[in-house]
Amino acid sequence: MLDLLIQNKDMFLQGTWESLYMTVFSTFFAYLIGLPLGIWVYTSAPGGIAPAPKTNTVLGWIINIGRSIPFIILMVALIPFTRMVVGKSIGPTAACVSLIVAAAPFVARLVETSLEELDGGVIEAAKTMGATNKQIILKVLLPESIPSLVRGLSISTIALIGYSAMAGAVGGGGLGDIAIRYGYHRYQQGIMIITIILLVIIVQIIQCLFNFIARKIDKRTI
Amino acid sequence: MIKINNLTKVFDSADSEVTALKGIDLHVHKGDIYGIIGMSGAGKSTLLRCIALLENPTEGSIEVNGSDISTLKGKELIQHRKQIGVIFQGYNLLMQRTVRDNVAFPLELSNVSKEEIKKTTDRLLEIVGLGDKADFYPSQLSGGQKQRVAIARALANDPKVLLCDEPTSALDSLTTKSILELLKEINKNLGVTIIIITHEIGVVKSICNKVAVIDSGSFVETGDTKKILTDPESPITRLLLGMTEVKG
Ligand SMILES: Nc1ncnc2c1ncn2[C@@H]1O[C@H](COP(=O)(O)OP(=O)(O)OP(=O)(O)O)[C@@H](O)[C@H]1O
Ligand SMILES: [Mg+2]
Repeated sequence: MLDLLIQNKDMFLQGTWESLYMTVFSTFFAYLIGLPLGIWVYTSAPGGIAPAPKTNTVLGWIINIGRSIPFIILMVALIPFTRMVVGKSIGPTAACVSLIVAAAPFVARLVETSLEELDGGVIEAAKTMGATNKQIILKVLLPESIPSLVRGLSISTIALIGYSAMAGAVGGGGLGDIAIRYGYHRYQQGIMIITIILLVIIVQIIQCLFNFIARKIDKRTI
Repeated sequence: MIKINNLTKVFDSADSEVTALKGIDLHVHKGDIYGIIGMSGAGKSTLLRCIALLENPTEGSIEVNGSDISTLKGKELIQHRKQIGVIFQGYNLLMQRTVRDNVAFPLELSNVSKEEIKKTTDRLLEIVGLGDKADFYPSQLSGGQKQRVAIARALANDPKVLLCDEPTSALDSLTTKSILELLKEINKNLGVTIIIITHEIGVVKSICNKVAVIDSGSFVETGDTKKILTDPESPITRLLLGMTEVKG
C-alpha cells in the first residue's frame, strides 16, 4: 500500500490539492450567499426583529427547493449555467459552481439554526438600549453565536468534501475522480482505499480543528 | 415624570384574545421608587414592556415629562429607548463579551469615543462594586454580580428612569438585599427614578416609597407603601401580605 502511495505520489498530491481547492473555494462562496440568506430568514420570521411573513415564506421555499434536489442531478442540470459562468463544464473550477449552488441553501439553514439558539432576552435587552436592527445583527446576533457558527462551518466544509468527491465522478477532478477512475473503472482497489484514507484524514483534521476553535472562542465555558 | 392614562393592552392572535392590561392609570414622580406587585400572569411584565417601548399599547397614553411616547416610531423611538434603562430577571448579558464590554455596549451603539467609553465604564463598574471584575466574562460571575453588570449597563446612557422586571427573583435573600441597597443608592445619588416589578412583598417593604397592586390587568390599590402595608384595602393585597382572609 505504501509503495502504491509513493509510486503515485504526484497523482495523490494533485488530487488532494484539487479536493481542498474545491472545498475551500466553494465553502467561501457558499457562505457569501448562505450567511446573509440565513440572517434574512431568521430576522424576517414571525417574532423576528424585522418580521416579513411573505418574504420569509418565499425565502423558505427557495432554500427548501435548493436542498431537496439531489446533488448529482443538480450538477447535471447546471451544466449549461456552469459553461456560461466559467466557460467549461469539467474540472475543479467548473465543479465549484454546482457545489456553491448546492451548499448555499444548506449553509443558510445552518446559520438560521445557530441564530435560533440565541436567547431572545439578549436581543430584547439590546433593543431597550436603542440598538437598530443593523446593530443587533452585527453586534449581538453574529458575535453571540460565533461558536455555533464555527461548528456549522465545520459541518458544511465536511459536507462539501463529500460533494466534491461526488463531483469528481463526473469530471470534477480531485480525490473522487481518482477513486472512480482507478478503483472503479480499472479495478485498482489499492488506489481506491488510499483515496478513502486520505478523505477520512482530511475530514478528521477539519472536524478536530474547528471543534477546537469553537471551544476556544466560546466565553460561556472558561 | 411618568404619567400613564387608561393603558390597555390586548394580545391578538388567530385563535385567542388576551387582555393583559385594562385601563391602567399610573403617576410616577421624579425620585420615586415605585413598586408594582402582583401574582404571576397579572400583567406586570406587559406593563413594564409598554413603558420600555417594547410593546405598543392597544389604547391609552404613556407620557414622559409631558410628551406621549407610546406612538413614537423610527429614530425617535430609538432615541427614547436610550433614555430608559431596563434590567431583567434573567440579566440578558452578552455572554461573549467581558464585563467592561457589556457595560460599553450601549455606548458603542451611540458611537461614543474609546476614551469616553473607558472613563464611563470605569465609573459605572465602580458604582456597582465590580471595579476588579472588568475583564471577567459573565459566565465567571455569580447571579448577583451579573445583575450588577446589567445595572451598570442600564445606567450607561444616563437614563432618567430605570425599569426593573423582577431583578432579584433569581437571587438568594442576602444577594437580594445587596442588589436592593444598590438600587436605593442609585436612586439617591444619581437621582434616577425607579420602577420595580416584583411578586415579593419584601422588595416593596425594603425600598419602595410607592406601590401599585395589580391583578388581572388592573390596579386594585395604589398609594404610599406605608399606608398600603399597614392598612390594605383589597383582598389581593392582603393575600400578598400573607394576611389571612377574613370572610364576613
Ligand atoms: N406576547 C404575548 N402574546 C400573548 N399573550 C401574552 C403575551 N405576553 C403576555 N401575554 C399574556 O398576558 C398576561 C400577562 O402576562 P405578563 O407576562 O405581563 O404577566 P406577569 O405579571 O409578568 O407574570 P409573571 O409574574 O409570571 O412574570 C398573561 O396572561 C400572558 O399569558
Ligand atoms: Mg413577568
